[in-house]
Amino acid sequence: MKSTTAVNPGARLKNRTSFGQSVRHSLTMAYRGLLKIRRTPEQLFDVTLQPIIFTLMFTYIFGGAISGDVISYLPVIIPGILVQTVITTSIVTGVQLREDMDKGVFDRFKSLPIARIAPLAGALLADTIRYTIATVLTFGMGYIMGYRPDGGLGHVAIAALLVIFCSWAISWIFAFFGVIARTASSVQGISMIVLFPLTFLSNAFVPTKTMPNWLQWFADINPISHLVTAVRDLANSGTVGWDLGISLIGAAVIVAIFAPITVRAYMRRT
Amino acid sequence: MNAIHVNDKAVGGGEWAVEASGLVKTFGSNRAVDGVSLNVRAGSIYGVLGPNGAGKTTTIRMLATLLKPDAGSARIFGHDVTKESQIVRQLIGVTGQYASVDESLSATENLIIFSRLLGLGRAESRRKAAELLEEFGLTEAAKRPLKNFSGGMRRRLDLAASLIAQPPLIFLDEPTTGLDPRTRAQMWETIRRLVKTGSTVLLTTQYLDEADQLADRIAVIDRGTVVAEGTVDELKASVGTSSLHLRVQDQPAIGEARRIVERVLQVTSSVTSEAGKITAPMADADRVTDLLVALRESGIRLSEISVQKPTLDEVFLTITGRGAQENAAPNTQASHRKEEVML
Repeated sequence: MKSTTAVNPGARLKNRTSFGQSVRHSLTMAYRGLLKIRRTPEQLFDVTLQPIIFTLMFTYIFGGAISGDVISYLPVIIPGILVQTVITTSIVTGVQLREDMDKGVFDRFKSLPIARIAPLAGALLADTIRYTIATVLTFGMGYIMGYRPDGGLGHVAIAALLVIFCSWAISWIFAFFGVIARTASSVQGISMIVLFPLTFLSNAFVPTKTMPNWLQWFADINPISHLVTAVRDLANSGTVGWDLGISLIGAAVIVAIFAPITVRAYMRRT
Repeated sequence: MNAIHVNDKAVGGGEWAVEASGLVKTFGSNRAVDGVSLNVRAGSIYGVLGPNGAGKTTTIRMLATLLKPDAGSARIFGHDVTKESQIVRQLIGVTGQYASVDESLSATENLIIFSRLLGLGRAESRRKAAELLEEFGLTEAAKRPLKNFSGGMRRRLDLAASLIAQPPLIFLDEPTTGLDPRTRAQMWETIRRLVKTGSTVLLTTQYLDEADQLADRIAVIDRGTVVAEGTVDELKASVGTSSLHLRVQDQPAIGEARRIVERVLQVTSSVTSEAGKITAPMADADRVTDLLVALRESGIRLSEISVQKPTLDEVFLTITGRGAQENAAPNTQASHRKEEVML
């Protein structure tokens, strides 16, 4: 057998990984995620079809009833459907993580001297490509149907980044379910139960004014509503309001809570 | 060789690659590993032999930091597996029972990703991947997705992935289970070459001949405990090179027959659950003549007689006084035999 270089032959062995290494390991794991998507493009069916079908369906069903006509409903529905679609997409992250973790390769990741968070962070990072596809397609469908956001392209791009970032943050919740659940289908089940009421009991599809008081109260404090409002402000008028701040803080809080407990659960599970 | 430099630093002059004492792991009410102690000298091949469910994989997983022991401690080159797990991970390579490689990627992609994770640069990873694929005869299949790989190719890739960092200690969990004889021989050859470069190998196996072919020392493990430990020769000597199977025509005469067997051959015999069959280690073939004469003189008629090379089951029968799966003989023999083998 040929003599081969050992890793860091000169360096002293350390019992912890530095922050820089953690980032590098996570990026390598994200690269693995991208390779996997390239190998199995059928994984992308949901993020390509869902934005197209949902945007068409909801706009033409609700458009006339809620805003009088389809064109004036577009500024309301496009940000709403965008948030709903992209966040729903993030459920798949948890499901795929569960499937992936059942494979032998995760044993190797665990036995390698890499940051414990890397296999999780990498998978979640690679999935932002899915959110990006869903975001671009939703805005694209809106444009085809006649949506001309007044905020301009720059603000639309910021809105898109906001949605992608928030979905990434929320995907940590589903990653947690993915790590603790026994099967992939149960991850799907739990996640839908959490997400379905959250996305529909919000201002995503209809103005909250017509809801009963208690529901209005819930819809107003629902973080999804704040995200939808933030996207509307950015895309439709190019303004930045409190809702943007709340969305970002909310996303940060989710990551701060769920990233550590997910890693801990992942470590404990074998 | 660099691996040895790493080794020196990590070991600090120590000679033990693995020092495990009293490892325990419980799953629910099942004590999968129940006080396993192992010492593996650096630079040797150590075999852990046992049937399915004996606790081999669980033991390896604890040593490889994949599982936390419930009790006991283990040190790899002097580093504690629970307290210094990240150091231990830099000293080991693990090849699991089920190939721990990425099914959806190609062989090259797998190796590049593992290399990158181990801190190699982009170009270096690419070179390393090509080098290992060449070494393991996988170059032609390098770009194909792993889904189309045969079992042997997968194991080879798995082993290649464990060698990227040239770790001083390599765990191989049943490296040849399910492989055809030719691929198995290739795997053995690879393992031998590994040790020549200075690595230490700890492997588990269900096959006595595999342990025989490869290992310097063997631990026989059953129901979560080490029942015998020693060099291959010591172990074989205790088992007898072959075993003798006798079936008597007359069921009631079996007790008498067994006494005669034990007296003439001067060994401990056992009766297997298929009643009427006596199994005894046969250290000296010449004595069998005396045995047959003695049986004839006592008027015991045999219906069948056969000689078998030692199988794992025989090792078990002799060491524990019962078969790997069954419970037929009293346990007093077990402790008696164990003393002889534990050296």
